[in-house]
Amino acid sequence: MSFKTFKIDDMDLSAAEDDTILQVAREHDIFIPTLCFLEGLSPVGACRLCLVEIKGSSKLVPACVTQVQEGMEVLTNSERLQKYRRMVIEMLFSEGNHICAVCVSNGHCDLQYLAQRLGVDHNELPYLHQQKPVDASHYRFAIDHNRCVLCTRCVRVCDEIEGAHTWDVMSHGIDSQVITDLMQPWGDSETCTSCGKCIQVCPTGALFKKSKAVAEMVKEHEFLPYLKTMRETK
Amino acid sequence: MTLDELIPFAESELEEREQYEHEIHVCVSSSCHSSNSEAIKDAIQAEIDAKGMSKTCRVKGVGCMGICAAGPMVAVDPDGVLYEQITPDHAADIVATIDKSPDERLSHPTDTPFFNRQFKIVLENAGKIDPNSIQDYIAADGYTALYKVLNEVMPKGVISRMMRSGLRGRGGAGYPAGLKWSTVAKAKGERKFVICNGDEGDPGAFMDRSIMEADPHRILEGMAIAAYAVGADQGYIYVRAEYPLAIKRLKNAIRQAKKLGFLGDNIFDTPFSFNVDIRLGAGAFVCGEETALIASVEGGRGNPRPRPPYPAAYGLWGYPTLINNAETLANVPSIMRHGAGWFSAIGTEGSKGTKVFALSGRVKNIGLIEVPMGITLREIIFDIGGGIPDGKKFKAVQTGGPSGGCIPEEYLDMPVEYESLKELGSIMGSGGMIVMDETSSMVDVAKYFMEFSMSESCGKCIPCRVGTRQMHDLLDRISKGMGTTHDLHQLEELCDMVQATSLCGLGQSAPNPVVSTLRYFRHEYLELLTDYDPDAAVAADETSEVTQ
Repeated sequence: MSFKTFKIDDMDLSAAEDDTILQVAREHDIFIPTLCFLEGLSPVGACRLCLVEIKGSSKLVPACVTQVQEGMEVLTNSERLQKYRRMVIEMLFSEGNHICAVCVSNGHCDLQYLAQRLGVDHNELPYLHQQKPVDASHYRFAIDHNRCVLCTRCVRVCDEIEGAHTWDVMSHGIDSQVITDLMQPWGDSETCTSCGKCIQVCPTGALFKKSKAVAEMVKEHEFLPYLKTMRETK
Repeated sequence: MTLDELIPFAESELEEREQYEHEIHVCVSSSCHSSNSEAIKDAIQAEIDAKGMSKTCRVKGVGCMGICAAGPMVAVDPDGVLYEQITPDHAADIVATIDKSPDERLSHPTDTPFFNRQFKIVLENAGKIDPNSIQDYIAADGYTALYKVLNEVMPKGVISRMMRSGLRGRGGAGYPAGLKWSTVAKAKGERKFVICNGDEGDPGAFMDRSIMEADPHRILEGMAIAAYAVGADQGYIYVRAEYPLAIKRLKNAIRQAKKLGFLGDNIFDTPFSFNVDIRLGAGAFVCGEETALIASVEGGRGNPRPRPPYPAAYGLWGYPTLINNAETLANVPSIMRHGAGWFSAIGTEGSKGTKVFALSGRVKNIGLIEVPMGITLREIIFDIGGGIPDGKKFKAVQTGGPSGGCIPEEYLDMPVEYESLKELGSIMGSGGMIVMDETSSMVDVAKYFMEFSMSESCGKCIPCRVGTRQMHDLLDRISKGMGTTHDLHQLEELCDMVQATSLCGLGQSAPNPVVSTLRYFRHEYLELLTDYDPDAAVAADETSEVTQ
């Protein structure tokens, strides 16, 4: 195996050649925000929060899928990046209905955490006030599409780990929506094994267990490394 | 089949042609086709049969003659007469004037700049050969390039010829075709694929459609040469389902080519085997992006993925894949036939060869043109296009569709090349060219294209999914006279952010129409703002002067 030496935020580092920037940064406690990324699932580079700057290039690259290169100088926290990241979060707030005070995931939400961590103290973008459905037809779980950020973690965990591929994405653009089977009510889905993996990987309160009140939907954190172990020993 | 067999095949077609004193060409491409040109063809044939002229005169359906605004078109060869806006009722008039002076009321002048300023490579057979006949294509030197390449040139030689020709991708970005070919050729894989991108989706663009409808064998020959060069054994033509005529003709062409052994196993008795299949797109603009196109060909949802890895290394089903635009591939047979030097002598330093443009909007000669690179926009619009109708004044020309920008009058003398158009804030794009006159509002133009990008966004990445919607809403407010200076500021911030952070080319270029209209026509935006007061601005200046 060959190794690469490079810099992240002026820190000299080394890594295996197929390591991604995000992997190395996490190893060394360098904070790069992510939302669609989840260890153990294939990366899709969709949320654009992990974009970083490479010195000498004007193009921003997603840290989750970009492999390190010899001599590369990565900047993870420039003012430009901070601004773009805040705008991404603002876009998500304007797109859905993210009222923390009434959300089952209040206090245990990736989006909420990122907003606080990235300093989003107000939203400049007008709210789109989209009316999206809530599907509570499943006997144990429910989905509130208004809180969905379309990270597709549920789609990937269902396909790649559980192997059921119950979830997928329907329509396109601003009308995109995750669906169960061919847009049947979740409760009628014949492929869903009710394993609950999607609930555990959902970064917001979009997917939740029934009978949870405000702030009670705590994710089982030991579940996530378990996914990774599953993949590696497969 | 060997060359010895191919030549007599072509000759027999030419001999047959010589039996006829006249050939009447009726355009059966989309635009004329939709104006009932098949019925015109039948009416002329019936008239010729009735007059007993079927031994000396034959009627042929051909591809686009270019000047779509005057269609349906009929041409009489070798008289060189072109008739415009023909209906089946005109059949008798046309047949009656064969060999005599043409019918003045119907004829369209052919000595205009529209015809004599063009330079045709890709469209050399369009309007001349029958797209449904492989014999016609062979008689026009078709498949000789493939024969020669397979028998006389090593794959490396083909690639070096492509490199030297300087051909750049005609799909939009202008990536050097030879470089792409050599990358795929070097990539390691058990299999390799060649894909022809015929998913033309820009509003006002119909170049690839015309090429596929007028000369489908040219695409197949180009693909086969590409496959030989990179080592692929299977090709796919990705066409939009909205192009039924192109699909029909391509299917027919594939069947004919297979029958004669130009596709399939051991082509021209060489070890080279290559098959082509058609894959239909479901009308998503984003599927023109190569990674989304691959996902769609695989049968999945047409979503782009981050690059690298590029399709050249990791493409269709994970195998190295060459993706070229239909027009790019259509250039290949001519480059192989005439040589790289011939091709690179056409055009400018950085942009070689010709480019097909679909000229539309407020211009007299709406249609399809092929011009050498380096020609100025003014020549295209005012000489070839015939200028602006109804005595109106030119305002801007939009190139590159929803990924491009608007170019104002002061830059009309810039040569058409990849770099110069980019400098002006637009792009070459696939070749849509929409001319706008003084009555067009540039804010509305920007809003129109943003609406297009918004509804064509795949929704995968947040900046494009939400950003295009937010930008559209802001443009809508401004265009209705409800916007403020703050809205304009926010619009500019969004443009910058969406350009810099989107996942694929669609999002990265979606703000271009806004950015370019803001660059050249900012006053049109300002005049629509509720809190814009030119007097106040002047007064503020004066006050500051007084206090100083």
